[in-house]
Amino acid sequence: MDIVLQNISKAFDDYPAVHDISLAIRSGELIALLGPSGSGKTTLLRLIAGLEFLDRGRILFGDEDASAKSVQERNVGFVFQHYALFKQMNVADNVGFGLRVRPRASRPGRTEIRRRALELLDLVQLSGLEKRFPMQLSGGQRQRVALARALAIEPAVLLLDEPFGALDAKVRKELRRWLRDLHERTGHTTVFVTHDQEEALELADRVVVMNAGRVEQVGTADDIYDAPASPFVHGFIGESSSLPVTLSGGTILVAGRPSGLVGAGAGAARLFFRPGHVDLLRPGERGIAGVVTGSRRLTDRRRLEIAVGGSHSVEIDVPSLPETSGVLETGSEVVFRPREFRLYGESETAPRRAA
Amino acid sequence: MAAELSGAPLRISRPVRRGRSATTEAPAVRVALVGLVFVFLGFFLMLPLVAVFVEALRGGISAYLAAIVEPDALAAIRLTLIVAAIAVPANMVFGVAAAWAVAKFEFKGKSLLVTLIDLPFSVSPVISGLVYVLLFGAQGFFGPFLDAHGVEIIFAVPGIVLATIFVTFPFVARELIPLMQEQGSGDEEAALSLGASGFTTFLLVTLPNVKWALLYGVLLCNARAMGEFGAVSVVSGHIRGLTNTMPLHVEILYNEYSFAAAFAVASLLALLALFTLALKTFLEWRFAGAIAAERAH
Repeated sequence: MDIVLQNISKAFDDYPAVHDISLAIRSGELIALLGPSGSGKTTLLRLIAGLEFLDRGRILFGDEDASAKSVQERNVGFVFQHYALFKQMNVADNVGFGLRVRPRASRPGRTEIRRRALELLDLVQLSGLEKRFPMQLSGGQRQRVALARALAIEPAVLLLDEPFGALDAKVRKELRRWLRDLHERTGHTTVFVTHDQEEALELADRVVVMNAGRVEQVGTADDIYDAPASPFVHGFIGESSSLPVTLSGGTILVAGRPSGLVGAGAGAARLFFRPGHVDLLRPGERGIAGVVTGSRRLTDRRRLEIAVGGSHSVEIDVPSLPETSGVLETGSEVVFRPREFRLYGESETAPRRAA
Repeated sequence: MAAELSGAPLRISRPVRRGRSATTEAPAVRVALVGLVFVFLGFFLMLPLVAVFVEALRGGISAYLAAIVEPDALAAIRLTLIVAAIAVPANMVFGVAAAWAVAKFEFKGKSLLVTLIDLPFSVSPVISGLVYVLLFGAQGFFGPFLDAHGVEIIFAVPGIVLATIFVTFPFVARELIPLMQEQGSGDEEAALSLGASGFTTFLLVTLPNVKWALLYGVLLCNARAMGEFGAVSVVSGHIRGLTNTMPLHVEILYNEYSFAAAFAVASLLALLALFTLALKTFLEWRFAGAIAAERAH
């Protein structure tokens, strides 16, 4: 089912948790809400679910205005970070709960509920565990029970709040892939919240990057990483280095000196690039010059900390080759040039490529 | 290293302390501490308890039974049971409601409410009784109004019930509040999102999550409701056969030097205490797993 958010806002005690967000989620899409803590992503998810209510704006489920509907009426499948399984009930009863509490008229029979529960447990690959209690399951198993329970009510949309946040790294990766497969098989419109960019980029059809209650960018993993729409997105997704620069007559001045990079405009701006996307130049060539202040060996690269213009520190990655290891010690001068970079002015965010 | 070992045999200068951890005391200290606790408990708790039964049975079993089936004693037992039967369910409902409000909602004056719930614990029971006399007594605030409508509260059963409810209010609420706060409202939100109504959620999720804590609270509440003396003493008027509860009856008998009878009735109260403790211990033992599950969330 299509879900459309129109200019929605929500404040808690004057603190704007979600500010004027609009978003169209297509039917069957897998969407990630990605952002740092306090960016409003969980609040946004809870607003869609009806666990919180809007201050302003509208939420449409299909063509229907769901803004004033209760959480029960919205028919959403919600999965919580800490599972929220009913610990007094066994796995089968947990999964069947949503069917068991239906009004008498639409409630399936006892055996039918049980059949559906077992079918869903099979779908989440937990067959045979239906008599266990939540306490007797591992974290990954509990979260799959929670997912089966949410799917049991045939939800209009599946909402997952940091579903893998409480799991260890290995289980996280397994479940991530497994969720992707499940989504492809069942085709539920799915929105999940995460602060893990890798998880968001790998899983989602589209990623919604949030910051301070607003949407910074909506796009595919490629859009977000290759064409970040704002300094925040550039800094938040992947690794970033940035420098204050001045634009003058089509060239970019770094610390007052021409850097060999071109960019239109005039005045102060900020230059962003990925530490890995740089070329080391020979001394004297036109580029960004600096002094090495630190050097750390990563697996196949060396990460250099470089002071540019005295006070600004950036990181660049260089190949770790025998011939560079001696040259690039602390105190030595280097010249480098980003292969790709982006400029963000006070107001403009247009991307530019290196000459 | 291995080469050096071929020299003189190793000498162990100190005995190895096997099976001890840093927090374990020396055996003598352990025995002394445990012994001290037993002596203390024996002297201050066991001895008086034994004395109650010894005194009660001093005149023989038939005198003991006679003291209990004596009409005034039976009336006191009946009144005590009636009061508990009203006060305990009332406080169960109030306690759950208060805990629910405190744990699941944010509202202005919440900390004031939490403090108020503790009020009966911090106020002397005599004061609690006096407050009701001031409110509902003949010279009290509502006195003339009640008198005009022929409603008796003070020196009658309603007053005793009110005073008992006041004094025993905190037991259920205090047992539930920390647990419900710790559990948060995640389970309730899950149930609501699955389509359950508020009431169904309460019945199927909230109550089962706190059932052991609730049972503890009710047990303690009941023990206190039956044993309350101070507040009830002030509002009851000590009318034999009418407004005397068991603790009050014990006091009257004692003041009349009917020691055997006093201790006989007292022994019933002591039995109630023992029964409460035994039941609590049994439940803890029998359902240890389920109780741990309730706490671990």
